[in-house]
Amino acid sequence: MLGTYFTFPELLLWLPLVAGIICFFIRKENAVKNVALLASLLTLAVSVISLCYADPKYSSYNNVNYYWMKYLGNSFYVGLDGTGRILTFLNALAFPIIFIATYKNNVKNASSFFALMLLSQAGMMGVFVAMDALLFYFFWELALVPVYFLCSKWGGEKRIQTTFKFFVYTFAGSLLMLIGIIYVYLHTPERVFEDGTRSLHSFALSSFYNAHLSAADQNWCFWLFFLAFAIKMPVFPFHTWQPDTYDQSPAPVTMVLSGVMVKMGLFGVIRWLIPVFPVATVNFTHIVMILSIIGITYASCIALVQDNLKKLVAYSSIAHIGLMCAAIFAMNEVSVQGVLLQMFNHGINIIGLWIVVDQLEKRTGTKQISQLGGVAHKAPVLTILLVIIALANIALPLTNAFIGEFLMFSGLFHYNNWYAAIAGLSIILAAAYTLNMIQKVFYGDTNAVTAAMKEISLNEKMVLSFVAVLIFVVGIFPQTLITLTKSAVDYLLLSAK
Amino acid sequence: MNAIVFSAVWGILMMFSGVFVKSKATPKYLAIAGIILLLVVNGMELYTGQALFNIDTKDMLRVNSFNLTFLEVVFGATALFFMLSGRDVEKVGEHVGEYFALMFFVLCGVALSATYNTLLLLFIGIEIISIPLYILTGSDKRNLKSNEAGLKYFLMGSFSTGILLMGIAFIYGGNSNASFYINNIQLGLGAMPVMISIGLVFLLIALSFKVSAAPFHFWTPDVYDGAPTVFTSFMSTIVKVASFFAFIRLFENAFGQVQPQWQKLIVFITLATLLIGNITAVFQQSVKRMLAYSSIAQAGFMLLALFALNDRAKEGLVLYSAAYSLATIGIFAILIKMNDLTIDGFNGMGKTQPVLAATATVFLLSLTGIPLTAGFQSKFLMLMAAVENGHQFWLVIAAVLFAAISAYYYFRVLQAIWFKEAGETPVIEAGEIRSSFKLLLVITAVLIIVLGIYPELLLGWLYH
Repeated sequence: MLGTYFTFPELLLWLPLVAGIICFFIRKENAVKNVALLASLLTLAVSVISLCYADPKYSSYNNVNYYWMKYLGNSFYVGLDGTGRILTFLNALAFPIIFIATYKNNVKNASSFFALMLLSQAGMMGVFVAMDALLFYFFWELALVPVYFLCSKWGGEKRIQTTFKFFVYTFAGSLLMLIGIIYVYLHTPERVFEDGTRSLHSFALSSFYNAHLSAADQNWCFWLFFLAFAIKMPVFPFHTWQPDTYDQSPAPVTMVLSGVMVKMGLFGVIRWLIPVFPVATVNFTHIVMILSIIGITYASCIALVQDNLKKLVAYSSIAHIGLMCAAIFAMNEVSVQGVLLQMFNHGINIIGLWIVVDQLEKRTGTKQISQLGGVAHKAPVLTILLVIIALANIALPLTNAFIGEFLMFSGLFHYNNWYAAIAGLSIILAAAYTLNMIQKVFYGDTNAVTAAMKEISLNEKMVLSFVAVLIFVVGIFPQTLITLTKSAVDYLLLSAK
Repeated sequence: MNAIVFSAVWGILMMFSGVFVKSKATPKYLAIAGIILLLVVNGMELYTGQALFNIDTKDMLRVNSFNLTFLEVVFGATALFFMLSGRDVEKVGEHVGEYFALMFFVLCGVALSATYNTLLLLFIGIEIISIPLYILTGSDKRNLKSNEAGLKYFLMGSFSTGILLMGIAFIYGGNSNASFYINNIQLGLGAMPVMISIGLVFLLIALSFKVSAAPFHFWTPDVYDGAPTVFTSFMSTIVKVASFFAFIRLFENAFGQVQPQWQKLIVFITLATLLIGNITAVFQQSVKRMLAYSSIAQAGFMLLALFALNDRAKEGLVLYSAAYSLATIGIFAILIKMNDLTIDGFNGMGKTQPVLAATATVFLLSLTGIPLTAGFQSKFLMLMAAVENGHQFWLVIAAVLFAAISAYYYFRVLQAIWFKEAGETPVIEAGEIRSSFKLLLVITAVLIIVLGIYPELLLGWLYH
């Protein structure tokens, strides 16, 4: 059955897609919530099973190729490799968490909301499994469209302008990438399909890796691709869309955006940028690193003085992503390994943080740190779980992020001591703004706003505990995930040489 | 060949239908029958490679699978237009039969200008397209804006026709072969002879005028805005892509070898068109006027085909014609039914008219060029053609940045549809929308998506 009729990447792709389309037609709010939750759990199950079939001998379970737009040398080729597997797993894990955590939120037009959520999940799955450049571009854009509608329809007051800025930014970036894709495509070798048809050029990933690009071509194509990825991540100075968008989006969508979607940018760099333009990567490493490090310090400093809880988390996310971007470009085994691990960890941790922020905002009606205080008296469970997640966010030992950041920093030190030292400041800054936030919001005396605050309910407790457990499990036994991505790391470093 | 004969005959038939048929609704059905007939006979010619009439045209017309496929696209779009907006044609005035007759004459001109092989037939084709359009633009006789638009269009149009004719004269005079055949023009070995160069520039100006490329676009917003909305829809889609086809056919066959000598002119026109079309569209409040400017902006993208002039460009042009016509006809069909033609007029449509809103979303996404729609595939092919051409790479970068700007004005409509609350007056009077209309819109949207996923369905016919 598996391998002949279905493969893992297909299941991961079609399950949320079909469920999403079905959701459009379900009228009852509760029913649609349950269907969406069920679908996301099913996807998670598939993803977990796929982790057990990572071995190369199961390659027929993990790769499938259909003819599609053959006249251009394109195909519908989806597959799971190390990087793809860890990110599809993150994607599959994120949605049930989000759905359960926000189960009690009231949503207007629930059917469209959950349908669009699942469609965005399908789009992101597509990005992570696409092995053809054109297919990759399709999903890259398609993941954006549902999110655009989600944010503009269900977001905060300034949602329309904010989301629109976000959309135009990313749309412009992806169009430039499209030009890059076309240019590389025109320099790829001939493709011969299994049925004998030939095409002059090819969109296949392997052909992209073997494209005949001169150093000069690589240099400017690199920027066409990098711009798209940098906007998505976002790397300084392309980050301006992000804090506002996170602030204005509805909570579940913010979780999707920051937990999974920003990883698309990092993923793009790992799969489509560095191996395709190895020469240019070496040329521009310093520029990218300096941009990332500016971003890290800058975002951390802003987070330090931020009074808006949501923006604080947003800026902290910019800092973390900047670190990951820098670590990828350090291009040694330790740092890249760290990035792959940290992509997963950051996804889980930040979703956990957003859940807490969402609960706070829902229960007190404010997201201003200065107006809150003494929440610990009212909601001790929430506080304990938050502290665990927050400590993971600042990479305390025993938590998952510690392993990731440790690997990334040791990789950075290998590359350049100065960069690593400046980036290292962000750890201190992160501790400062996170602990400051915890102190102001959760400790001290209760005030008028927080006096009526209630403890979180069972489903939220369950989800947050699950996140906390995950933090410790990965923090103590990171080896499973490291093994999973080992081959991908080796391959990346090999191709870049 | 089939298409030219049948469209002319059916046009005459439609003209006299007014004498014999009294009911106002009948001409519409006759027209739909006629356009389906055209689709069938043209399709037969495409499929068998054999025309029904064996007329010796002395090679003045040249038919191949490429231009037949294009005509099939044009007739398909017209059929859809008749079915979607036929009832609105009836509302323009008393002479319904004549309106349809004029549109059939336009189609005859389209067929001529898609298959011509001499400069004279190009001229005749373009004129047969233009003259009925002058009448249609001014057909809302009691409306001053319509009169103004008609007169303006006529004056500007005849001026450009003069330039076209002048260009043809120069080329004939400078051609040492003394021939009107487009593939028989003596271009010289080095630089072109002066007479030919002047003629070429005149032709370029005249045809740029017809496709409303900047800086010869000034008539477009006023004419599109003033004309009855149904005819704006017809003009900005079917007529426009047909003029484009004539444009590229001329420059490919007649001047293709010396493209480096005139490519810079095209670069200038393309850039100006993209700039003016996109930037001005951003500031429009009326959706009708916004669509007029957006049609200029889309023309800028189609000009990339002329810039690139390779196989991809020709495929791209056919697909672009289909994608752009389908989406624009669809959005106009909705717009005609609406009470308020400003962007605010769309407020809250998502709630009150979900089917219309959903299809409008598909049309607008396709015009923006979002994947899964035909609009993406056509823009993609255009970009690919331009990159493949290898020159002036920055033009391609500029084109995509303008495409990102175009998202601004298309998405403003989307925002009004889905995210704004409805005003006091209903978006559309409830009685206006029949379920057959909705069904047709859905079919159009599905077609756009199918072409967006399998563009080979259309492109395959080019090499039949």
